[in-house]
This record gives sequence, C-alpha cells and structure tokens, in this order.
Amino acid sequence: MKLLRLVPDDTNLPFMKWRRITFPLSGALSLLAVVLFFTVGLNFGIDFRGGTLVEIQARNGAAADLADIRSKLTALDLGEVQLQRFGAPSDVLIRLAQQPGGDEAQQAAVRKVRETLGDGYDYRRVEVVGPRVSGELVQNGVLGMLVAIFGILIYLWFRFEWEFAVGATIATLHDVVLTIGFYSITQIDFDLSSVAAVLTIMGFSVNDTVVIYDRIREMLRRYKKMPLDQLLDLAMNSTLSRTAITSTTVILSLLGMFFFGPEAIQSFVQAMLFGAVVGVYSSAFIAAPLLIYFGLRTRPLAEGSEEESGAPRGAKART
Amino acid sequence: MLYFSRWKATAILVGTLLVCLCAVPNFFPDSVVDKWPKWAQRHVVLGLDLQGGSHILLEVDSNAVRREKVETLRDDVRRVLRDARIGYTGLTGRGDTVDVRIREAGDVPQALTKLRELSQPLGGILGGSGQRSIDITDQGNGLIRLTVTQAAMTERIRQSVEQSIQIIERRVNELGTVEPSIQRQGIDRILVQVPGLQDPSRLKDLLGKTAKLTFRLVDMTADAAEAAQTGRVPPDSELLYEGRGGQRVPILVEKRIMVSGEDLTDAQPGFDQRTSEPIVSFRFNTSGGRRFAQTTQENVGRPFAIVLDNEVISAPVIREPILGGSGQISGNFTVESANDLAILLRAGALPAPLTIVEERTVGAGLGQDSIEKGKIAAYVGSGLVVVYILATYGMLGLFANVAVAINVAMIFGVLSMLNATLTLPGIAGIVLTVGMAVDANVLIYERMREEARGGRSAINAIDAGFARALSTILDANITTLIAAVVLFFLGSGPVRGFALTLIIGIFTTVFTAFTLSRLIVSFWVRMTRPAAVPI
Repeated sequence: MKLLRLVPDDTNLPFMKWRRITFPLSGALSLLAVVLFFTVGLNFGIDFRGGTLVEIQARNGAAADLADIRSKLTALDLGEVQLQRFGAPSDVLIRLAQQPGGDEAQQAAVRKVRETLGDGYDYRRVEVVGPRVSGELVQNGVLGMLVAIFGILIYLWFRFEWEFAVGATIATLHDVVLTIGFYSITQIDFDLSSVAAVLTIMGFSVNDTVVIYDRIREMLRRYKKMPLDQLLDLAMNSTLSRTAITSTTVILSLLGMFFFGPEAIQSFVQAMLFGAVVGVYSSAFIAAPLLIYFGLRTRPLAEGSEEESGAPRGAKART
Repeated sequence: MLYFSRWKATAILVGTLLVCLCAVPNFFPDSVVDKWPKWAQRHVVLGLDLQGGSHILLEVDSNAVRREKVETLRDDVRRVLRDARIGYTGLTGRGDTVDVRIREAGDVPQALTKLRELSQPLGGILGGSGQRSIDITDQGNGLIRLTVTQAAMTERIRQSVEQSIQIIERRVNELGTVEPSIQRQGIDRILVQVPGLQDPSRLKDLLGKTAKLTFRLVDMTADAAEAAQTGRVPPDSELLYEGRGGQRVPILVEKRIMVSGEDLTDAQPGFDQRTSEPIVSFRFNTSGGRRFAQTTQENVGRPFAIVLDNEVISAPVIREPILGGSGQISGNFTVESANDLAILLRAGALPAPLTIVEERTVGAGLGQDSIEKGKIAAYVGSGLVVVYILATYGMLGLFANVAVAINVAMIFGVLSMLNATLTLPGIAGIVLTVGMAVDANVLIYERMREEARGGRSAINAIDAGFARALSTILDANITTLIAAVVLFFLGSGPVRGFALTLIIGIFTTVFTAFTLSRLIVSFWVRMTRPAAVPI
C-alpha cells in the first residue's frame, strides 16, 4: 500500500536563511496587530463589556423579521441595540449595551425585551453580565495569560536553558499578539471562550516549539562541531514531517467543528484555526532562528546522554 | 522499550479497561442507572449549556451588611452609655465608624472601659490572630471613635452569605426543580444553578426578595397624603406605599414593630372563605402570638400594616383582638403570588439584600441542538483524523487510531469518576485532545522512521523511536498542561469545563503513549517480526 507522505524524506529547507524574510515580516505583522488593537480595538463580548445577550428563534421555523425586531426594540430606549442573524434565518442574536443604573436595570431590560417581542419567539439563551463581574473577568483573563506565559517560561528554563525559555516566550507572545490582531481585524466577539482560545493557542504553539527545541538540544549534544545555523536547519528538517502531520490532524479536527459544530463555539474554532497555523509558523521561523542570536554555542550545555556524540551518523545521510 | 513482563502487560490492560468501564453508566438512561449500586452510578453530568437551565450569580449587598453592623454598634454604644449613666452629646455612625462625644471630660476613662467591653476577640477560643471586632480610640476633646475592624466586617459578610445560602436553598427547593446547586463563590457571592429551568423569572423573583415581613400599626396622627407631598413625616413613623390597583397609595406606618416574620412558624397559601380570593395564612410562635394578641387587644378599631420589604401589602383595620396566634394576609394576590409569598415567609428573610450580577439561561432546545451538532462535529472531525492517519501510517496508523479511541474512552471514564460536568467547550476540549493524542503517536512513528533511515534494524529502530520520542512527548504535554491548569484555576464557568477535559486529556494521552501504544506495537512486533519499519 502506498502511504501518504506530506514531507519527502530528503527535504532540506533553509529555514535559517529565511529568517531574513520572516523576522521583518513577523515584526511588521506584530506591529500591525498592536496598531489595530489600539485603533480598531477588539469587539468585546458581554463577558467583558457587561450587558445583555438574548438569542431568540422564531417559532415554527419562520424567518425572523429583523426590521420589525429592530423597530420594536429601539422604541424601548435601551441604548445601543445590536441585531445579528445567528446560524439559521430564524435565529437572531440581540445584544444590549450595559444599562445605566446597575444590576437591577439589566434585569429590567431583559424583562422589557421579553414583554415586547411576545410569544412569537423562543428564548434560546439569555445572558446578563453585570458591570462588576465583567471587570473581574477582564482581570482574570489578562492575569491568566500572564501566569501561563510565566509558568511556561519557568518550566522551559528548568528543563532546557534560559535561551530556549526566552525564545519560546518570544514566539508565544508573537502568537498571542497576532491572534489579538486577528480578533481586531475580523471583529469576532472577544469573550471568555476567546481567552480559552488564546490560552490553547499558546499551549499548542509552545508544544510545537518544545518538540523542535527538544531536537535542537539533542543535536547540540551530538554534533558538537556543526555550525549553529546548519544544526538548526537540520533539526527543523528532521522534525518537519511530524510538524506537518500533527498540524494537519489538529486542523482537520477543527474543520469538523468549523463546518458542523454548534454556532456557539464558532468564534473559538475560528481563532483556533488561525492559531494552529500561526503556532506552527512561529515555532519554525521565530523560535528556532532566535537561538542564533542568543549565542547558544558560547558556553557548554548541561551534560546529557552523550553515547552517540562521537558518531554523526545521521548528519552525512541528511546533509 | 518493547519488552513487557507478563504481569506488567496485564496491569496496563486491566487498568485501561477499568478506567474505560467507568464510562459505561453514561450509555444507559438514568432510570436504569438508578438501580445500580451507588459506586457504579457515577457519570458525566451535562452542563447547563447542553441540557438547558439557569445559572444565576448573586451578590450579597455588603454595603447593607456594613450599614447594619454600624447601626447595631451605634445602638450598643447608646445602651452602654445610658446604662452607665454617662452623658454624651453627639452620636453618629458613618462608614465603618461610630463617633460619640462624652459631655464631661472626667467620664471619658470610664466610658472607654465600658465601651471596650463591646469589642470581642475574633475567631472564637482558638483565634490566634489576636484581632478584635472593634478598634476604640480616644480622639481627645471627649470624642471617642469606634471602628469596626476589617476582619470583623469580613466575618459578618461571611455569616450573611452562609445564612443567605441556607435560605435560598429552602426557597429554591420549594420550586420543585431537579437538583438545584447552590454554592458560595468568592467572599460575597452565591451561585445558583438550576438545570432544566426554562424561564427563570419566577426563580429570580424568589431570589431577589429579602422577604423581611413586619406587622406594624398605622400612624393615624398625621395625614399620609399630605406627608407624601410636604415630606414632613412624624419622627417615629415612616412613609411607605401600598400598591392598590396599579396605584401607589401612601401610608404612614409606625417604625416600632409589633411582630416580625422571624416569629412565624408556618405560612400556607389558601383561599378566603367568603371572597374566595387567594390569601396567605400564617401562624405565629408562642411569643409572637402573645405580642400580636396584646397589641391587637389594645388597638381595636385602628388599622395595622403588613409590610414586606418596605412595601405595604395590606393595611386592614383590627376589628377584634386576634388571640389564636394565627391570621391571614389578603391583598391583590394571584394564586401564584400567594404561593410565592408563602414560600418566602416559610424560608425566612435574607440577612441582606441580594442582587443578580450575572445570569446565563439556556433553553432546552438550544442545548439539544448543541449536543446534536457537537456530536456530528466530533464524528466528522475524528473521522477525518482517523482516515488521514490510516493513509499516512497504514497498519501502524490503525494502532494509533485504536490508541486514540481508547484515549477518548478513558477521558469519559475519568470524567465519570469525577462526576464532572460536560459543557460545550468541554466537547471542544475533547476534540482537541484527539488532535494531541494523535500527535503523540506521530512523534513516535516519525522518530522510528528517522532511526530506520539512520541505518538501524527494524526492531532497533522501533525501540529507539519509542525511547527518544517519549521525553519529547512529556515535555510537549507538560507545557500544554501549564496553560490548561491556569485556565482551570482562573477561568470561570464554561471555560473551566474546557480546561478540565484538556487536563484529563493530557494525562490520558501521556499514559496511552507510554503504555498502550507501546504494548500494541510490541505485540505486533512479536507476532510478525517485521523486517523493515512499514512506514
């Protein structure tokens, strides 16, 4: 049986040379993401902005009359009202801004909406987040990302060397920044599940980086004389097949959710799809080449299993 | 790496099987599982987003608790000084402090001694903190300042939350819904989760009412309508309103309380025998009944007000002394509102008002849709992965797929053991775990291939593939674990569900990679003695 092979055995891509393109590119994209974040900004969902979200479905599968709903709700004088079709034509998502007057006013607003729209609709979902809760959720979200980055940094520092820890952290931050940029451009709702998405993207990205770093460390021990950029290329190429296969499986499982999953996790899935691609890119083109700049070879690495240090068997076969 | 002693192989297989078996109760309806022994009943609970229901986060009004605490302190100061016959001029309570000015400078030391008796050590007998409930300082010029300490306030708020939880439990249980869950969250919050509740407005009504019931005499010395206009209210009375046919009628009510809701022993909804209007009948305890009898005896012909949360429900005239210790409240009730009031009165009053700070309600229809779509997504996603892995690795791909399938079964097993809640993001977590579990196998197989290309014999390459890949798998999973653990502890609600499945998934992934995948391949090697690595 002929087996599928994404990466041919004799692949030898000059990853380290490409850094002259990828570093400026990543720098520019990150800058763009930051600029977008401060100009366009994120489309914060009610989790972080406070407010009310009501998902309604017209009874008997009839299409919902957006104009009618809009005119009825605008008459209620509840401030900004956003309407959005959600999946099927019968489904509509109503967003109300935070009502002035504290938590009770939020509840009153929901009651009014229910009374006004009447029995023609099923109320599939009602979410009300008060001002204090949303503030705490923001804090926890930001805190979560920082703690996660810090924890990963510490672990890599113990398990590898500081250069690896710093490299992985920069690559991870790069992914987080680009993901934030992605949210700014697409204006996908940024809510609690988005924080989960960002943290998962971080996890995957570091996961990928660690696999490559693992190999780099092994080769550093094995080929003590090889120039660093050549060694990094070798490590990259020998893990390339795995990288390709794994990211394909992750993307395949995400595609299942993208096309068939419930509407409620779509923002999560879209961000994850973006993150899966960026994570792989940053491991190969940011995390690994960064090591060149840290002067990794100038001091001896921690001693490990060295039984094969004398026989650069694979090197001749591959290069 | 490929050798397993017989007992070790057996241990791995039995262990895996046991974990997978824990998932079994999920495949049977509740009615069947209920007949099983207790230990076998543990199963995955569907989250509110999947089965529908209401999630309501309440916050105890800590400012009200503070105010009340300071007011009590002010009353205590007044009582202590009066009992000790110490003259004072100003007595004010503001924020966390009560200020009192002693008239004679010579009385200050005695006043300080007496007032210090109000301050109690915190934390009971074992309280090693040495903190006291009130700080008392002499500000000079006869001014004494009493400050309620932060620790005492926190303790009071904690008590209020505890009491509120008990009362809420009683109220919610009266609704007759399935398995409501009521938990404390943080310092001053209470999370109420009621599965299957479609319209939470009644629940919110029940939760939002303090239900402080008082019986007080109506003040007839001044005209209520005039007081409402001029704002001149007699000092011992207050102006309250009664909702009567859509209008709000002002009533002057004495501040002094005849009997309060604490003295009720029972309250039941019913119908008035003459008018057949819905009413709530109640019964006082002995001391309450005695006080009610005495007051009604002295005030025949005067109206008294039944006040609930500063709103007059009704203000009937006392026609004859009420001696039996029971009575009834009528006042524009519907059958449901009479029933609700009875529930509230039976459950008791909340120590402080509660506000709803977060609400998430999902209808059963949406939950069902989410399950259906989630299932399809999981089947399609996993199907694609299975086919892709088979196409890439052939026979070994089949082993990988088996390992991943067992992995997913184990995740459900562990979730069942924990009686964990499966949410929509949780399903996403499982689907992602499938991706990660595959990665573990990919790492192993790619390493085998490399080793084989490096010139090793098939068996040697397979062995080295496992040996080298496992440390990578460990490192890669631990870093993801760090992110997942952070997510679990800092995330809230649905996000935690995601983090939980991810964490469990990481453990089962590492376990299957280290044991099961290796065991399967070792069986296969022993059976077929491959001459080359078949990938």
